[in-house]
Amino acid sequence: MRWGRIRAIAIKETIQIRRDTRSLIIALFMPFMQMILLGYGVNLDIKHLPVCVYDREGSQNSQALLKHFQASEYFSIIAVLKDYREAKAALDSDRCRIVIAIPHDFSQKLSDSGGSTVQVLADASDDNTANIAIGYAQSVVGEFAGNLAVAAQGFGGSPARLTQGVDLEERVWYNEDLDSRNYIIPGVVALIMALVGALLTSLTISREWERGTMELLISTPVQPSEVMLGKLLPYFAIGMLDAVFCLVFSVFWFHVPFRGSLFALFFTTSLFLVVVLGVGFLISAAIKSQVGASQIAVLVTLLPTSLLSGYAFPIDQMPPLVQWVTTLVFARYYVTILKALFLKGSVLEDLIRPVLAMGIYAMVVAFLAGRAFKKRLD
Amino acid sequence: MTPEPGPMVEAKKLVKNFPGVFAVKELSFSVGKGEIFGLAGPDGAGKTTVIRLLAGVMPPDSGTATIDGIDVVRDPEKAKQHLSYMPQRFGLYEDLTVDENVRFYADIFELPVALRNQRIGPLLTSFGMEPFRKRLAGQLSGGMKQKLGLVCALIHTPKILLLDEPTTGVDPVSRRDFWKILYGLREEGVTILISTAYLEEAERCTRLALFHQGVMAYCDTPAHLKTKMPGKLLNIASPRAREIQKRIQSLEGLSGALLMGDHVHVAVDDDLKRIPEITRALAEAGLPFDPVTVTEPTMEDLFLALLKTKGASP
Repeated sequence: MRWGRIRAIAIKETIQIRRDTRSLIIALFMPFMQMILLGYGVNLDIKHLPVCVYDREGSQNSQALLKHFQASEYFSIIAVLKDYREAKAALDSDRCRIVIAIPHDFSQKLSDSGGSTVQVLADASDDNTANIAIGYAQSVVGEFAGNLAVAAQGFGGSPARLTQGVDLEERVWYNEDLDSRNYIIPGVVALIMALVGALLTSLTISREWERGTMELLISTPVQPSEVMLGKLLPYFAIGMLDAVFCLVFSVFWFHVPFRGSLFALFFTTSLFLVVVLGVGFLISAAIKSQVGASQIAVLVTLLPTSLLSGYAFPIDQMPPLVQWVTTLVFARYYVTILKALFLKGSVLEDLIRPVLAMGIYAMVVAFLAGRAFKKRLD
Repeated sequence: MTPEPGPMVEAKKLVKNFPGVFAVKELSFSVGKGEIFGLAGPDGAGKTTVIRLLAGVMPPDSGTATIDGIDVVRDPEKAKQHLSYMPQRFGLYEDLTVDENVRFYADIFELPVALRNQRIGPLLTSFGMEPFRKRLAGQLSGGMKQKLGLVCALIHTPKILLLDEPTTGVDPVSRRDFWKILYGLREEGVTILISTAYLEEAERCTRLALFHQGVMAYCDTPAHLKTKMPGKLLNIASPRAREIQKRIQSLEGLSGALLMGDHVHVAVDDDLKRIPEITRALAEAGLPFDPVTVTEPTMEDLFLALLKTKGASP
């Protein structure tokens, strides 16, 4: 292997990237767009849920309870209904996700027996939101009066009952605000790196075949491994640049805490980039058309990374078979590492297992990529 | 006491098949130092495949080839040190400038930087490309592109040049310039193997191989090849040459009638017998023409005649 030839290819490739608008957009603009879209778009928190109320009593007590709902950041009362028919219509038409119905004898029961019920009708077609909303409703009602019981009548779901008597003191670690953005953003970083890295390199060999420059290149004494290294070096630099951008954007724009070691971040990011760039290169060497190669690149990075890496959907809640499949998804290890680095403040020693897994992956991919591209026509 | 120099290029029983077709059938030939060896023949005759096999970018199914004594089949990477290949399709980077392309190929062949910078200027100047150094290769004219290809091919002073139809689609003036450069290189001792679809170019080669359907039908100097022309070639000049070509095609003893502007070249088995016959037939048809004469065959006449006698016509 000769450094002079590797350098020649790296310089050539850098000039080509600089003159290719498409590459520049993928390398520089796409990370920014994805940060914005996914950082703002993917939000698992439920806030200001639209709610309709059906107050059958209209007393001071019932109004006070509704004020509690209004004051809560979880709900926004959007309409006051007059009967159950309207309640059903409101849920059916998606005007609101839940309806709170206060019985006509609300105050009377409160004063008589010291306990009354409030009905919650929830649209459980999105069961996750319905469950969370019922939970929030329970806490609002519980706040209103410690001895009130809520009979949450799931609309197609099961009724929930508030159990009194035991106080749970919660203490949440690592993501104290339970802000789902803190949980999502590190995964977004992995997603961006995987997509950008594989997309850029997936074109690098196929472009030379398509434009006819490969035939001349393979008639020179240059070795396949030199071509691979020379071509991947500029993309590695771009990848690291994107990593720095993502980190800065996450911490200073989205205010995601970064508590781990920067060294660990850049070390693991390098490993991840080797895998991603290598995979892109493998695709590029196997598929001689640019369109085909870039489609395959999106398929093998975006899909597994967004669905199976644990970036938004926790792996331990998946069926066992799918969990096993995720061990093959290289982004999974990087997502684990990033979440630990951002939120837990881990250092490299804490992450030996995922780092090792990525290291093995990187070696295998680099080995394959070095041999993937053959210097011959057929 | 210097040993007899071996051939610079030698092919021994090269075979290459593509699904359904023979591209190259048991091809053997050798090219000596300083030759301009031409490969001529119609499209699909296997010229490109032969050059690719010799350039080491495509492995043969069987047979061997050597470049300056190095086995291309067994050690293609070593052979590539000594040769330069110009593919038929423009192989340089259109999004790189002239300078950047040349520098890239110099670095790929590991030319020391000082030597590289020393060579680029004079080479570009001698090709008349000095004013275009900062221009993108994609914005050059067809002739300029081919010259740039040659500059990149020559930057590492190869012993052997393999050129696949370098002048196809290039204007006549640039083509003439290109051949001047080739003759210059030949004087410097570079061995050149060139394929061409232009038969008048083939005449400029020191030796010429005529390819047809993967087989080298003939291989000799252009002058010798012409003596192999069976029978005689007649020239009929007429303002209505096209009609004459049509009229005489049915006559006996003709192996071909080729229209060349206001002439018709007619290949016949026996000039003494056929001239009066042709003259009579044309007079009967009332077509105007100058007296029929015997003429020197051009490469085109030769090619058609030779392929016909080989019985290998399509």
